[in-house]
Amino acid sequence: MASSAPADAMTLRSRIWSWVTTTDHKRIGILYGVSAFAFFMLGGFEALIMRLQLSGPDAGIVSADTYNQLFTMHGTTMVFLAVMPLSAAFFNFVVPLQIGARDVAFPRLNAFSYWVFLLGGLFMNVSFLVGAAPNAGWFGYANLTSAQFSPGVNVDFWAIGLQILGIASIAAGINFIVTIVNLRAPGMRLMRMPVFTWMTLVTQFIVVTAFPVITVALVFLMFDRTFGTNFYSVAAGGEVLLWQHLFWLFGHPEVYILILPAMGIVSEVIPTFSRKPLFGYAVVVYSGLLIAILGWGVWAHHMFQVGLGPIADSVFAATTMLIAIPTGVKIFNWIATMWGGKLNFTTAMLFSVGFIAMFIIGGLSGVMHSSPPADLQQTDTYFVVAHFHYVLVGGAVLGLFSGIYYWWPKVFGRMLSESIGKWHFWLTVIGANLTFFPMHFIGLLGMPRRIYTYDAALGLDTMNLVATIGAFAMALGSLVFVGNVLWTWRKGEAADANPWDGAMLEWAMPSPPPVYNFSVIPTVKSRLPLWSEDGYEPKPLPEDPPGPIHLPGGSYWPFVTAVGIIVAAAGLLTGSLWVALAGIGVLVVGIYAWALEPFEV
Amino acid sequence: MDAQTTHRRGRPRILLGAAAAILVIALSACSGGDFPQSSLHPTSDFGRDIDALYRTILWWAIGVFVVVEAALVVTIIKFRQRRSSKAPQQVHGSTLLEISWTLAPAVVLIFIAVPTIRTIFRTDGTAPEGALQVEVIAHQWWWEFHYPEFGVVTANEMHVPVGRPVALAMTSKDVIHSFWAPKLGGKRDVMPGRTTHIAFSADSVGEVYGQCAEFCGESHANMRMRVVVDDSTGFEAWVAQQLAPPAPAETLSEQEQQGLDLYRTRGCIACHTVEGVSAGVIGPNLSHVGGRSTIASSILPNTAEGLARWLSDPPAEKPGSLMPRMPMTEDEVAALAAYLLSLN
Repeated sequence: MASSAPADAMTLRSRIWSWVTTTDHKRIGILYGVSAFAFFMLGGFEALIMRLQLSGPDAGIVSADTYNQLFTMHGTTMVFLAVMPLSAAFFNFVVPLQIGARDVAFPRLNAFSYWVFLLGGLFMNVSFLVGAAPNAGWFGYANLTSAQFSPGVNVDFWAIGLQILGIASIAAGINFIVTIVNLRAPGMRLMRMPVFTWMTLVTQFIVVTAFPVITVALVFLMFDRTFGTNFYSVAAGGEVLLWQHLFWLFGHPEVYILILPAMGIVSEVIPTFSRKPLFGYAVVVYSGLLIAILGWGVWAHHMFQVGLGPIADSVFAATTMLIAIPTGVKIFNWIATMWGGKLNFTTAMLFSVGFIAMFIIGGLSGVMHSSPPADLQQTDTYFVVAHFHYVLVGGAVLGLFSGIYYWWPKVFGRMLSESIGKWHFWLTVIGANLTFFPMHFIGLLGMPRRIYTYDAALGLDTMNLVATIGAFAMALGSLVFVGNVLWTWRKGEAADANPWDGAMLEWAMPSPPPVYNFSVIPTVKSRLPLWSEDGYEPKPLPEDPPGPIHLPGGSYWPFVTAVGIIVAAAGLLTGSLWVALAGIGVLVVGIYAWALEPFEV
Repeated sequence: MDAQTTHRRGRPRILLGAAAAILVIALSACSGGDFPQSSLHPTSDFGRDIDALYRTILWWAIGVFVVVEAALVVTIIKFRQRRSSKAPQQVHGSTLLEISWTLAPAVVLIFIAVPTIRTIFRTDGTAPEGALQVEVIAHQWWWEFHYPEFGVVTANEMHVPVGRPVALAMTSKDVIHSFWAPKLGGKRDVMPGRTTHIAFSADSVGEVYGQCAEFCGESHANMRMRVVVDDSTGFEAWVAQQLAPPAPAETLSEQEQQGLDLYRTRGCIACHTVEGVSAGVIGPNLSHVGGRSTIASSILPNTAEGLARWLSDPPAEKPGSLMPRMPMTEDEVAALAAYLLSLN
């Protein structure tokens, strides 16, 4: 007994070390998922405090400044630290399996992306501990973010933190583009790729093109704040609208970064549980591409209230309305996929159907404010809050939960409980509608966004109270999910290789997959490699690898490099040159050691 | 699936409850109840133009919603897995269907786009000749109004005559704000270094609520305003009152006199203007503050009690407020409030 304790400690330490140094896309996917879910719960907690504050007029739960910090961090967290990295969890775990690869193209860069994301997210949230969380909104409009109007370090945490996260996203974006373009199994032509992989590819192209735009905007902001430049300073001839154009030129494509992966998930789940191939595969793929391209031409619809003039307003109204067409086409194709199918309403399928039902509402309210005059009454009110939560909760989050239930057996080799899952689903969907549907009216009846208190005379107390109750129902739903995970951890039923009889390659190997993924790299002959051409009929792949498979070992240099970036950022934040130089030193050492590290371990 | 059958029993009741709650809210919103800041109950041409367009789009949206959600519901009921379900036919797509459901939304969008563009040009902020010009200057966190036609300067409560077009020319002294009085029409951002415009003509007399709609810092929520639409004689009377000099000091009561002394000695004059007394320009002009119905950008009623709350601790009422807390006894606060109320 006495000797077993240190042995266990050693195992634990080496186990942690194996996670820190891992370059296995599957383990990195799990790391992304766990971290993102933790941030999701944190962002949800922030939302609950806000809903408590708004449950009645002048509730006095938190101060004005605390409230401003909460909505800033709620938005920033949910966009950059929850939904994006949850999507990244699926990119990491699922995409190499779906295309028949052994890993991503650059496994160590992949680990680097994850560590930069995690440390960047922690960096931003440390601001709460020093009482200076970002408080100028997730959109950080100039010139409120200037040193004059935001003298504290709040905005510095935000501006530096977002740039760190941008590094993670761009590195991951390049990695996945190269992976999907180059590492597909023989026979997997582009138009045979699973739709989830397609949407991943499209999303990564948006990431690598959109993030540089916000990086530019943030560099300007940082220079204005730190070195006294005048990009956004009106008094010195700068221009506050420059920020808005740059931010939304990034910000609207960002919306598609959030929603396209969920659309990809839904496009996998619905055919599996309908026992039918996706209806109009090519149209679904092309509409995704079209959404990504059109997404670049609509940014000024976030700025109708600025008064850009009737011509600009008309053009951006038209481009915005155009986006509704490919989006609608996707919805019709999903419904047509189910039509004539044999629908098995597993929890994953319920979340996907919930996605469609709620995304329709979010899409229609989106069309309503594509009309600039109507938008003048709706923008910056709770109507918009309702709209984008239908898209991001009803859409992205339900889609991601659908993916969690769908791929969980593959990732962990155990089935999540279906009966607990159904509680999770109904609580989430009912809670979300109870929270966000009344917000349409709250906004139209005159309540602006981002206010910590409101006048009782507005007559909006009851509706706000209903929204608060809904938010708690949603929170309960998420706790039920946590309960489901814990239950499954201990008692979950073991999953076989293909528990749902899915058609894609990730179901061709045992659950969880061996470290080398495929025993033999498969040759792909159709879009549905595990289903036979005419009719649903699962086909297994060979079991054991015929020969040894070489895999690269782990590396801690990506982690070291990521730490260097964070230390440099801390130096920038505190204005300490020595800390910044130390960080840059670690960064340089990390990059060199990484580059010179022998490939064979 | 056992799980499904057990759940089906409890589900309709919860769903029904949620749907009922939402329906009640929808009905109360449409019933025209007392919503002083509502965009659905317009009282100006600008507001009505937007409302008409909004209702057109809303009906199209409801139509599409019903059709698509019905298609979804019918599909999931009709094709749910049953014991008798056969293996589905493997359909890959249909060009005809793809074309039709690409064209159908395009047609709907045309019906939305045409009135949209017509309304954009009608509501672009250009006012007809002879409109009443009002210059709006936004501050963290209050509103300043200038009437160049009359030489009137006031704050947080804008008076306009019914039936006469009004042209707002707006700019900001600090960060970006947004002017929004929903019953009178849509919002427009108010920015430093730029002038933006709103034009409207109010069509019924009364007080409407407004509020800054662009996040502008700590007390964004407390940057409210009132727009009072007067009939033409009422408006003329208001202008005359604004132009009249404040009552001479000798006519003030003893308490009001004490308030005037405090106004002079406790720093108020550094930031505020009272005609003939002080000429500060950092805070709102108080020359006729007694005639307003609210104080502190419409977060408190302009009564002895409301003023006392405001004057004894401004940052407590409006966090971040530039106006500091001045150490004053209760009697001093009451005297200062009485003096301010006398300024009408």
